[in-house]
Amino acid sequence: MVLGIDASSSSLSNKNLSVLVVDDDPLIRMLHDNYLKHFGLKPHVVENGKEAVKLFQLGIYFNLILMDNEMPIMNGVEATKVLRDMGSTSMIVGVTSRGSPSEMQTFMEAGLDFCFEKPLTFDMIDFILKELNMNDDDDDDTNN
Amino acid sequence: MERNPLRRQLQIMRKSLFDQGYLDEQFVQLEELQDESNPNFVEEVVTLYYRDSARLILNIEQALERKPYNFHKLDAYMHQFKGSSSSIGAKKVKAESTLFREYCKSGNGEGCMRCFQQLKKEYTTLRKKLEAYFQVARQAGPMETACRPK
Repeated sequence: MVLGIDASSSSLSNKNLSVLVVDDDPLIRMLHDNYLKHFGLKPHVVENGKEAVKLFQLGIYFNLILMDNEMPIMNGVEATKVLRDMGSTSMIVGVTSRGSPSEMQTFMEAGLDFCFEKPLTFDMIDFILKELNMNDDDDDDTNN
Repeated sequence: MERNPLRRQLQIMRKSLFDQGYLDEQFVQLEELQDESNPNFVEEVVTLYYRDSARLILNIEQALERKPYNFHKLDAYMHQFKGSSSSIGAKKVKAESTLFREYCKSGNGEGCMRCFQQLKKEYTTLRKKLEAYFQVARQAGPMETACRPK
């Protein structure tokens, strides 16, 4: 599979997007952090759902939240529900290591915009960013 | 075609890792994240993986010493381990993790034990191969992005 992603042009349009990575696994945090940096983003990173909720309560808005499901203290399903109940309009993308359809459905029903199995790939991130940028009406000239 | 002998050796080692099923496509994703601003990214991720997962392996080992087995706990540890292993593209290790979780679900302690021994073998073998690979990579110096295996 050839990835014809033009990181330089998308990084220009992505500069103003704020992203939050929520995951308890340091390896995944590092990976997703790097993926996003590659697209010109500077993600904020936290360890569990409760931390993500705290940030929202502090009035900090993120265009995109990458939410792991299985986390201690507050998992992805709970955090997503709480965020939506509190009025969050961020794009929330679930990232789960359990591929079972029922779990993904439960997660989606909590209020996700999309749900992917981890680990994320370039294609998935490209897709997510395109969806985000749809509001800004960017030309879609990247070929996958 | 790579003329530099070290780089040529590196390509051969890399191809072998994929051909023999030690690594999958996810490893290529890691390589694509490596560039001049992040020249040792792949090695850093792999190092982090082996550091983090050592703790999980130990937890599983200790859990397997306590009878009767707590399959729920074993499964939880292995779930996390599988996730990390997937992230670096550790194909064989991931396969053993999946099998282990199946044994947990069916409450097969004997199966878990056997599977775990095999998993540790694969885990150690992969580490040795990757260490050798990174050693050559460091000597070879920065490389253009390698060819995709597909």
